[in-house]
Amino acid sequence: MAWLSLMSMWLIPAMIAFILLYGTFKKVPTYESFVEGGKEGIHIAVSIIPYLIGMMVAIGIFRASGALDSLVEWVRPVLLWIGLPPEVFPLAIIRPISGNAALGMVSDLIAVHGPDSFIGRLASVMQGSTDTTFYVLTVYFGAVGIKKMGDALKVGLWADVAGFIAALVIVSWMF
Amino acid sequence: MVNFIWVGLTIIGLVFAAVNGRMEEVNEAVFKSAGEAVTICIGLVSVLVFWLGLMRIAEEAGLLRQLARLVEPFAKRLFPEVPSGHPAMGYILSNMTANFFGLGNAATPLGIKAMEELKRLNGGKAEASRSMITFLAINTSSITLIPTTVLAIRFSYHSASPAEIIAPTIFATACSTMAAIAIDRFFYIRRRKKEGK
Repeated sequence: MAWLSLMSMWLIPAMIAFILLYGTFKKVPTYESFVEGGKEGIHIAVSIIPYLIGMMVAIGIFRASGALDSLVEWVRPVLLWIGLPPEVFPLAIIRPISGNAALGMVSDLIAVHGPDSFIGRLASVMQGSTDTTFYVLTVYFGAVGIKKMGDALKVGLWADVAGFIAALVIVSWMF
Repeated sequence: MVNFIWVGLTIIGLVFAAVNGRMEEVNEAVFKSAGEAVTICIGLVSVLVFWLGLMRIAEEAGLLRQLARLVEPFAKRLFPEVPSGHPAMGYILSNMTANFFGLGNAATPLGIKAMEELKRLNGGKAEASRSMITFLAINTSSITLIPTTVLAIRFSYHSASPAEIIAPTIFATACSTMAAIAIDRFFYIRRRKKEGK
């Protein structure tokens, strides 16, 4: 654990040093290249705004209206039969849609049930087991102007399901 | 598909709000969510500018091309449509590396660059190519070594052993990534059959 966190801490500074030194060695005009490349960043960040607003408002409405809570009530018997605590179900729905909302839910679940409870552990593992499919899809395809996304969404969501099942199995088995 | 989900989430939400009498909360959510979205984007500016600037140096120094050559044999099987030594491969690989170390913010600009290159390879069409779908599948299933934010939350709620979830998380994320690759292949084969090739 110690060496892992040490590595995380050193990775970014090491990458910066390496790229700058290597660039200098290869006679790249480093500062000018940096500024040129950086300009692109502004453009990309601004062009993402409408994509994110559209999606986050829809999710906000869905949550605030109580539709999410009703959905949870509705599927409760099925969840209990699978062995998934119903409290965790909203997290499974939100995780692929909004990373920040999911993180909020994980904090909430850990605060209510405790970090070392079954629910707390399962929520922790689920949060780390996949990335935010909708966010990645919107940002990556949005930034380069892809309108027809083919099977990308389906593949991403099925992979999320696989990750959640794996999380449930491993947490049930380990603890 | 996205259009359908987007309209569906909104309309179902509005109907529920009408039935439950929660229009006030919904009104609030509309403006709060829109504000949050802008905050996220503005927060992205700093990281995007810095990393894209740095990556431009790496690119001009030929680093990405070298990295691509190094891991090419493995990646070639995943992305058979990307030619050898193409910058797209370099971006894909550095994006994966960044994700692996939990540098989500560093990974995003690299992923976007990878997408740009893949789009160029696909003749600039507004349609997702096979490689793009594979790339997204691997990306959305996230191969992360250390789930740092989750660890931080567990610490702050006084877990007896905050780090105990690392091993199961690696297991779960490995499962989801392998599943993503398999599912991606399955859909690809199905697409080809549909097209009668």
